[in-house]
This record gives sequence, C-alpha cells and structure tokens, in this order.
Amino acid sequence: MTDYVTFTTAGQLFGLRIEDVQDVFRMANITRVPLAGPEIAGVLNLRGRIVTVINLANLLHLETPKHSGAEMIIGVERNSESFGILVDRAGEVLSLSDADREPTPLNLDRTLDGAATGVFRLDDKILVALDADRTLNLQTFRSSAVQ
Amino acid sequence: MDELLREFLTETAESLDHVDAQLVRFEREPNNGQVLSSIFRLIHTIKGTCGFLGLSRLEALTHAAETLLGKFRDGDAVTGEAVSLILAAIDRIKTIIDGLEKLQREPPGDDADLITRLTRAADRRRSRKSRSGGTAAAERRSQQIAAEPGDPAVIRNLPEFGEGAARIASQSIRVSIDTLDQLMTIVSELVLTRNQLLEVLRRQDDSEFNIPLQRLSTVTTQVQHEVMKTRMQPIGNAWQKLPRIVRDLSAELGKDIGLEMDGAETELDRQVLELVKDPLTHLVRNCADHGIESPAERSAAGKPPRGTIRLSASRQGGHVVIEIADDGRGLDAARITAKAVEAGLATESEIATKSQTDINNLIFAPGFSTASEVTSISGRGVGMDVVRSNIEQIGGSVDVNSDLGCGTSFVIKIPLTLAIVPALIIEVAGERFAFPRLSVLELVRIGSDHRIERIKSAPVLRLRQKLLPLIDVKDALRLGTNNAAGAFVVVVQTGNQLFGAIVDNLFHTEEIVIKPMSSKLRHIGIFSGMTILGDGSVTLVIDPNVLAQSLARARSRTKVPTDTAEEKPIGRQDAVSFLTFRAGSERPKAVPLSIISRIEEVDYRKIEVTDGQYIMQYRGELIPLFGFDRQPRIKKEAAQPVLVFSEQGRSIGLLVDEILDIAEEPFDVKIAGEGPGALGYALIDGVTTEIIDVGFYLKRSGSLGRAA
Repeated sequence: MTDYVTFTTAGQLFGLRIEDVQDVFRMANITRVPLAGPEIAGVLNLRGRIVTVINLANLLHLETPKHSGAEMIIGVERNSESFGILVDRAGEVLSLSDADREPTPLNLDRTLDGAATGVFRLDDKILVALDADRTLNLQTFRSSAVQ
Repeated sequence: MDELLREFLTETAESLDHVDAQLVRFEREPNNGQVLSSIFRLIHTIKGTCGFLGLSRLEALTHAAETLLGKFRDGDAVTGEAVSLILAAIDRIKTIIDGLEKLQREPPGDDADLITRLTRAADRRRSRKSRSGGTAAAERRSQQIAAEPGDPAVIRNLPEFGEGAARIASQSIRVSIDTLDQLMTIVSELVLTRNQLLEVLRRQDDSEFNIPLQRLSTVTTQVQHEVMKTRMQPIGNAWQKLPRIVRDLSAELGKDIGLEMDGAETELDRQVLELVKDPLTHLVRNCADHGIESPAERSAAGKPPRGTIRLSASRQGGHVVIEIADDGRGLDAARITAKAVEAGLATESEIATKSQTDINNLIFAPGFSTASEVTSISGRGVGMDVVRSNIEQIGGSVDVNSDLGCGTSFVIKIPLTLAIVPALIIEVAGERFAFPRLSVLELVRIGSDHRIERIKSAPVLRLRQKLLPLIDVKDALRLGTNNAAGAFVVVVQTGNQLFGAIVDNLFHTEEIVIKPMSSKLRHIGIFSGMTILGDGSVTLVIDPNVLAQSLARARSRTKVPTDTAEEKPIGRQDAVSFLTFRAGSERPKAVPLSIISRIEEVDYRKIEVTDGQYIMQYRGELIPLFGFDRQPRIKKEAAQPVLVFSEQGRSIGLLVDEILDIAEEPFDVKIAGEGPGALGYALIDGVTTEIIDVGFYLKRSGSLGRAA
C-alpha cells in the first residue's frame, strides 16, 4: 500500500507519493520570471525558502479552461532545492495498493508518459500516478532565453 | 572520531600540501637550506606524531623519507629521481591518511617496495660518501656541527622547532568551517530581519523606533563586515597544489615548465575560492598541455627552452582579477576555425566575419577541443566550456587574449564575495528587480534636462560631454514594447562598457543576500540570482554584464526584423560602442561613441568660411569644421550632420554626409591607417570601416586662432 497525495489540474486527477511531498500550500504572492518558459509559473517565498513554482498544466501541455484559477501548490524538495507544482485543487491523501497500479495506456501523451509511473482505476475516475523526479526533469522549453 | 586523531588528520593534510609545494621548489633551488629544513621539519613532525599515535605504516614511511632527506641536508646531490621518490612517498602517505580517515585506523597494506627504494637511495649516497673519505664518525659529527656554509639555520632549529611555531600559533586559532558557515547564515538572517524592520519604518513617518533602529542597522552592517572578513582567504590556498601539478605535467609531457605566482596573498571569499579552484587548475593544465611547446620547438622559435606559466591575482574594485598567462605558442586562429567548423559550431563564412577576439572565444564553446586526440590531461572537449560556465555561475567572467607565437593569457574576473551585496531596487513594467549597486555609477531622471534621443533606432542619452548608449530593460526582459518611455536611466559600468539602463521607477538601495538561481532557471543568463527583499517578496537580480550584451542584440534585432537565430556574436566585455557614418567616400567610417560630445544637425547657412577654414557657431563659440574631402561639400539643402568633439575647453566639428548606425565591437584596429587622421581599419558589423583619429583633428584646431 502506498499513500498518494492527490490533486486535480485541467480536469485530470493526479497523485504523488506522500514521501516525495514536502508540503501543500495555497498560492500567493508569486513573482513572475521574465524570459522563462510557460511551464514556469514563477518564484515565491515560503517561510524564508525560495520556491520555484512549475505550472503542471503547461508542463504537461494540458488544456486548461480559461477560468480555472490554479490555486494550490504541492511542495517538492529535490537536490536541496525547493520546487512547487501548481495545480487547480488539492485533494485528499489516498492509500492505494501497488497491485492496483496499471501501466500507462499506450495512447497516453508522450510527455505525460515520461512523468507517470502508472494509473489507478478508481470508482469514478482515473488517477495518474506521477514520479516526482521525472516530473521535475521533464525537458522544459528553452524559449527566448537571453544567454 | 577520536579528537586527537581528528586533529592529526587536519594538521597533517595541511602539512603534506605544504611539503609538496616545498619539494618542487627545493628541486629547483637545491642550495636553499631554508626550504630543505622546512621540509625536514614537516616530515619529522609527522613521523613523531605517528609514532605517538601508534601508526606504524606511516611511521615507517616517514622515517624512510626523512632518512633520504637527511642525505640532502648532509650536502648530497639533489636528483630529480630522488625528489620523485620522496613525492611518491608523500602520495602513499596521503593515501594511507585517506584510509585512516575512513576506517579510523591505518588501512592494511605493504609499503616495503617504496621503503626499500627510499632506503636504497639513501644508502647509495652513504656509500658514496664513505668512498670519498668520510667515516661514520665524521658523518655523525657533520650532522651536529654547523659546518655547512649558509646552513646554520638548519642545525639550530631542529631540536627546538616547536618554539617558533608556538609564537605564530598564539596569534590565531583554529575554527571549524562549519562554525563560520553557521555564523554567516545567522548574520544573513540578521541582515534580512534588519531589512524588514527598515521597510516597516519606511512606511511610518515618525517613530521612537527610528533612532535605535538606525543604530541597530549600523551595528548589523559592522557585524556583517567583520564576519565576511572571517570568510576571506588568500588565493594562494587555491594555488597550493599547482607547483606539484605543473612539475608532474612537465615530466609527463617531456616539457620544461616553470610556474610563477604573484599576488598569492590577495584575499577573497572562501566560497568563491572553492568554486574557482577547479577552473584555475584546468586553465593551468591547459597552458601546460596546449600552450607551452616542447623544448625543441621553443629553441627552434628562438625562445628559452623553459616555458613559463604565470599566475597573478589582484583586487580591482569589487572584483578579484586573476590572470593565467603562458609564453607558449599562442592561439592559432586557423586551427580554431578548422576545429569549430568540424565540430559544427559555425560555418566558414560566419567565422570570416568574426574578430580575432571572437575566434579566440570559440575555445569556450561546448564540444570544442583542439587536441588532435583526447588527452587524459585536458583535451576532453568538456573542459573550457565548463570553466566558463562555472565562473559565470558565480557572477564572474573569463576572457582570453593571445599572441600567435608569443603566448596566451586567460583573465578571470570574480566578485569578492557572493554573500551580501548592496542592490538598487528598480521597477520595470510593474515588476521589481534588484540591480547590483557596485556597477551603478549614477542615476539620471529623464525630463527637460535629460532626454532620450535616437540615432536611427538606437536610444542614447546625452550626459555631460558623452553620448551614452541605452538599453531598455523592459525590452531586454521582453516585458513590453520598446517605446523607451521610461522615467529613469541607471548609468552602468561593466568592464569597458559604459551604458544606461532605462527603467520605469527607482526605489531604495537594500543589502541583499543573493541566492543562486534555481536549477530550472539558470539558463536565463540575464539574472545572476534571486533574493528575498525586506517586504518578503522574491526578487530577481539582474546581471549588468549580460544586460550589456543585450546592447548588441537589440541592435541586430531592430535591423533584421525576423525571428531567426541571432546572427550577431555575443558581445564580450571589451566591446565598445561605435558610431558609424559616411563622409567623403562610400566606405563607412567610425568613431567611438563615448568621445562624441554632440551630434548636431546644422543649417548650412550657419556654416561660414574664413581663410579657407570652415567654421560654425556652437554654444556661443565659433568652432572649426573639418571634412573628409579636399573640398568639403556643404549640402545646400536640409541639415548638415556634424559630429562635435570637445576636449579641454576646445571643440571641433566633423562634417559627415550621413549618420549610419551604432554598433558594438571590440576596439580591434586591424590594419594601420595610411595617412594622418585615421587610426586604421576595423571590422564593424562585418564591414571594413575606417576608424577616425579625432585627436589629429583636435590638434589641428589648436594651431588655428580663435575666429573673431
């Protein structure tokens, strides 16, 4: 059994293993980063730590309806750096059996496939389990950077 | 770990590094008794402590090394072989010490091979000495009597070598690095909290908190400075291992290379020192490997067979400048070009338009290496670009200069400290950014006194007698259209380039703690780091060097309105702004923008002729006008562009036909001028341009009397 922190973005339910999650907090006072790609939402100050916030929908090329106010941030620590994954809503912690995890469908978008460890079929929806490292490692756009 | 053992490990590690450097020096100065006695002292101390701690392997090794060293003290010939043997012993000792640290006891092993060779080398000498007439007794006597000329220090110091050391030791104490780092972190917190309090105070008019808070602020700054001083270390620490490395490389490569070090006492922040150690070592290896030629090659070229690598360090403003120079073969543009084309970094035609400096800089491109085969030393092709990116990551820069056949020199510029710096808070397009205060010369408010003017499409500011090229920060950050309607100009100096940054608003100056950019954002070169301001907001810190490079880029973007990759090579720090114009011939001419006082559009009727000399009215004076033709043709229609230059109260004007543009190029006059009035020709924007010698015209004006 593994505990997953679940969250929703662009209408899709995702989960991260609870060991990989540092905190979950509400988005506020974010500083935008000029010249960064669309997947970078910005940087913010969380109790003295600078957190780089990544917009999950943009990172995975998901379509978001215009009015969706992405509000919650899942905090993840990696290589002593603080990152935040910006999502629409945070859900509850679910305990799921590893046996129930199925491989990602063949027709899954390649980017998403790169970050996912599998899917769970829940009662009324499908949960995509993400790997924290691979999600953060996803090749980010290098557009319009002034080198 | 046992406290005694821990201390032994720390001290011995230090001593061993010292011995390395001393041995290399001793090899070159075999008559230097002081160096020898210092080496002997160090080995002897290590041996003594090993015996005390029961470290038998180490004791045996140091004893054998000490015996051989003793032979040198007796006056025996110092051979490279013997020194190598002792160095090998030192290396073995280091390995054992490493094992000791990990296992808390000596690693099992056998040093019989090394000890035998050491003993045999010592014995050989002893037998040679007895053959030459000495007896065992005479030997012992010579060890006790100060018989050797110039070596009295050796004998006297040996039995009591503890004393001198104690006197120096009492002026300093050992503090663990962790303690200092912790102290620095706490002081940074203190600075941030002080900033927060000042921020609150700023919003209130009068408060009884004012005076005590100002006092607190002063004291905090003092603590900050004192703690930062504890972090300062002499750069010689990073150079310690280099003499040994160069010696070993010389042997390996079959070359004769000497290392000179100057300015080893120059201090910089410990953190910066750590980060710069590896790049420095790599550059030195590069000089030894690729720069210095073999002795045969050097003699054939008329150079002394021994090549020299020279390290020098000095403080310049808020930076430490380190130069690594060699007197080797220099950079060969042809070979670099060939390698760059082969590695797919650029096409031949692109390189043809590059200046010498730009071609030299290709050696820093990723994937580049002129080693014909990858050597284990430095030809991996991943070296130089990592050197540059490591140095740029700490806010520094590295440039290369070279003279074919004479040598190459690398110049590294790094900030004194990474920790806390004063920053100017600016606002652009509603967003706030931090700008390092050290690079800011002055602040100018745009208004009736100072207006942003345009030359073609490039914005400039007339500031006193200079024309300053401007960069719109909003544009550099792609935060809005380039309308240059900003309200303030921040005058910035980076390297050779003086320019102005247009911003919308200026706030206060704040001492900030710069944190490195997040790994996902590091590729955005224009920001050197991030910080949390007193009001808690995360603010990005702009790198003025990279902003300066935007000057060239903005120019090329307005000329070629497509989104294709930038064709202009990245301007380096030695780039200077030139104004190009046409006058008297089709070939364009240019002068450095910074020496132009004004660009006037003069009504032809205001130009008069007196005694064959054109003059015009300028600010209440009559100044001479020079043209580039035999007979300067004054346009009878429209306005005549005139470049005005002023120096020491004198002004002159140069008549031009048409102003072309502003370009950033290194000041690299390639071909000397044919006649007076021109410095020569240079490549500006890929076009051969004549660089005008304004001084010539200013001198000519001096010989003319003031027109009535």
